[in-house]
Amino acid sequence: MITFESLLETLKTGSGFWNPIIWIIVIAVAFLLVYVIRSLGKKEYKEKTGQTQSFLSGNPEYEKEDMHVKGSNVYWGFTEALKSVYGVLRKIHTGNASDYVLWFVVVMGILLIIVGVI
Amino acid sequence: MNWLETLTLHSPALIVAIPLMGAFLTPIISKINDKVRNVFAISVIALTGFFVLLLAQNVFANGPTTYIFGDKNLTLPVVRILFEVDSISIFMAIISVTLAFVALIYSWTFVKENDGLDKYYTLILLLVASMLGMELTGDVFNFFVFLEISCITSCALIAFYIHKGESLEAAFKYIVISSIGALFILFAIGLFYAQYDALNMATIANAIQFGFLDKIALVLLISALAMKAGLAPMHMWLLDSYGEAPASITFILVGATQASLYGALRICFTIYGNAFANIMPSVSSATIEWFIIALAIVTILIGVIMALIQTDFKRLIAYVAVAEIGYIFLGIGVGLTSLGVGYGNIALNGGVFHIFNDALDIGLLFLVAGAVYYATKETSLDKMGGLARNMKYTAVFFIIGLLAVSGMPPFNGFASKLLIYESTYQLNPILAIIAILASILLLAVFVKVFYSVFMGVELPKFKDVKEVPRSMLVAMGIIVTIIIIFGLFPNLVINNIVQPAADALVNHSIYISKVLPGGI
Repeated sequence: MITFESLLETLKTGSGFWNPIIWIIVIAVAFLLVYVIRSLGKKEYKEKTGQTQSFLSGNPEYEKEDMHVKGSNVYWGFTEALKSVYGVLRKIHTGNASDYVLWFVVVMGILLIIVGVI
Repeated sequence: MNWLETLTLHSPALIVAIPLMGAFLTPIISKINDKVRNVFAISVIALTGFFVLLLAQNVFANGPTTYIFGDKNLTLPVVRILFEVDSISIFMAIISVTLAFVALIYSWTFVKENDGLDKYYTLILLLVASMLGMELTGDVFNFFVFLEISCITSCALIAFYIHKGESLEAAFKYIVISSIGALFILFAIGLFYAQYDALNMATIANAIQFGFLDKIALVLLISALAMKAGLAPMHMWLLDSYGEAPASITFILVGATQASLYGALRICFTIYGNAFANIMPSVSSATIEWFIIALAIVTILIGVIMALIQTDFKRLIAYVAVAEIGYIFLGIGVGLTSLGVGYGNIALNGGVFHIFNDALDIGLLFLVAGAVYYATKETSLDKMGGLARNMKYTAVFFIIGLLAVSGMPPFNGFASKLLIYESTYQLNPILAIIAILASILLLAVFVKVFYSVFMGVELPKFKDVKEVPRSMLVAMGIIVTIIIIFGLFPNLVINNIVQPAADALVNHSIYISKVLPGGI
């Protein structure tokens, strides 16, 4: 039988604890504060006027498809910095079924050594 | 004995028999019309789910239960089949049946326009029967038979988009890998049979001496089942299969993969539990445990780092699924190194809890990817953008899925990952730091995906895109609801189903003594 008290129980992790209900109350208070601060802001914003148009330092606006930052553009710097790591990882992922079997054999070989068969 | 007790008594058999019979009836029901067939398939799984819950209630209250097919008085356990259901078996069965039920609701409109749906539903029901069989059986050869059924049905379902070369290639790779893995498992079962004249798991566990042949059998079983579970560096088949199968099938395949993971747990903890604890030299067992932890860390890193550069939506999620498998193995590995110690049990709880959370979170993301494909016929992240305007519910479901899988509070992934992080930290702080950093990177991966799929300018070609049909939203909604409940009340889940499942793994003697009173 599930009791109300059991729903509110704190999760003990041995060295710490976690109670999502308390966390949600804290987040709700934070949102309330944000809302109060936001309501103190200026109210002159007008929809469908020049205020809502994109400003690209005076340059003309491109077609929408050209302006969209594509998925492969995101984290370009990160992937560029880890080029060598990606080089190795890409080489491993050959897409060849016989290589898949090879990795299986390699792991099996290591395990055979560990348990003392070989 | 009243009717409910009779149903509970026979539920282990009915849980496998109902989807099996349903599978054979589906082609006939299909002749009536499509709606009747869909309702029939969903009803079959709902009925199976009812029996799973009935059995779960019994197992959690009264401990493991056995079901014997054949003569109960027979003294030779080798010629009869025995199902033995303990808390970990039923825990896995709950996951499988939940995934199957949601997948069938999702399929109602997702695959509506495709041909061969009678075969599609037949194969799904067969796959579910095989997964449940793997999870409930107490017989190693029976496990192999269900594993083979699962391999063949999965292969056919991965190749569902038969007009696409990539789907056929993924299915071919899957059957090659699965067949090789299954053959090694069969060889290991042969070794058991040759030595102990038994195929029953409890009988083998009771008799095991950890001799030369047992060592070989252990290696064959662990490596084959770890490959089927998607542990790096044997994870590559999973990327092809998850990436190319229809989203509804990938969703069930997550459960099928976890059924193999369950097999690995059963081998390590139950069959070899005594050998690990008492017979094996501590140096050997520690090396195996650390090897599992090392592979888990490699799996996490490969999954996360490779996910970052993917441009195909489903393949990216497949890499994340690999990373999540790593987290499960990390929890289990840390649990194995420190069984009996406080943080070892917490790690095991975290690992077991993460099995369920992984199925829900990764499954939800695959369903969202399927919804996006359904609406746009596009899988490349580079060609998508601004979809949140027209697919509001799908976008919200994706946000919940990404936060849950990245281990952000207050969702379910956070609770299980917290248990894994804290216990891993006690074993080795560096491992915990790597795991946490990888989780942060996971969040970064999904920020990229969310931005490139749902945010940004509204692309003219997607101006007329509409939200997906109700059945797909309902399916995703069910998973989101479970994610939120698990996230808000983690203790409820841990105390009622996770802890008993983890305890069942540790206390292997209870499993053995249920079949062999006085054993061990």
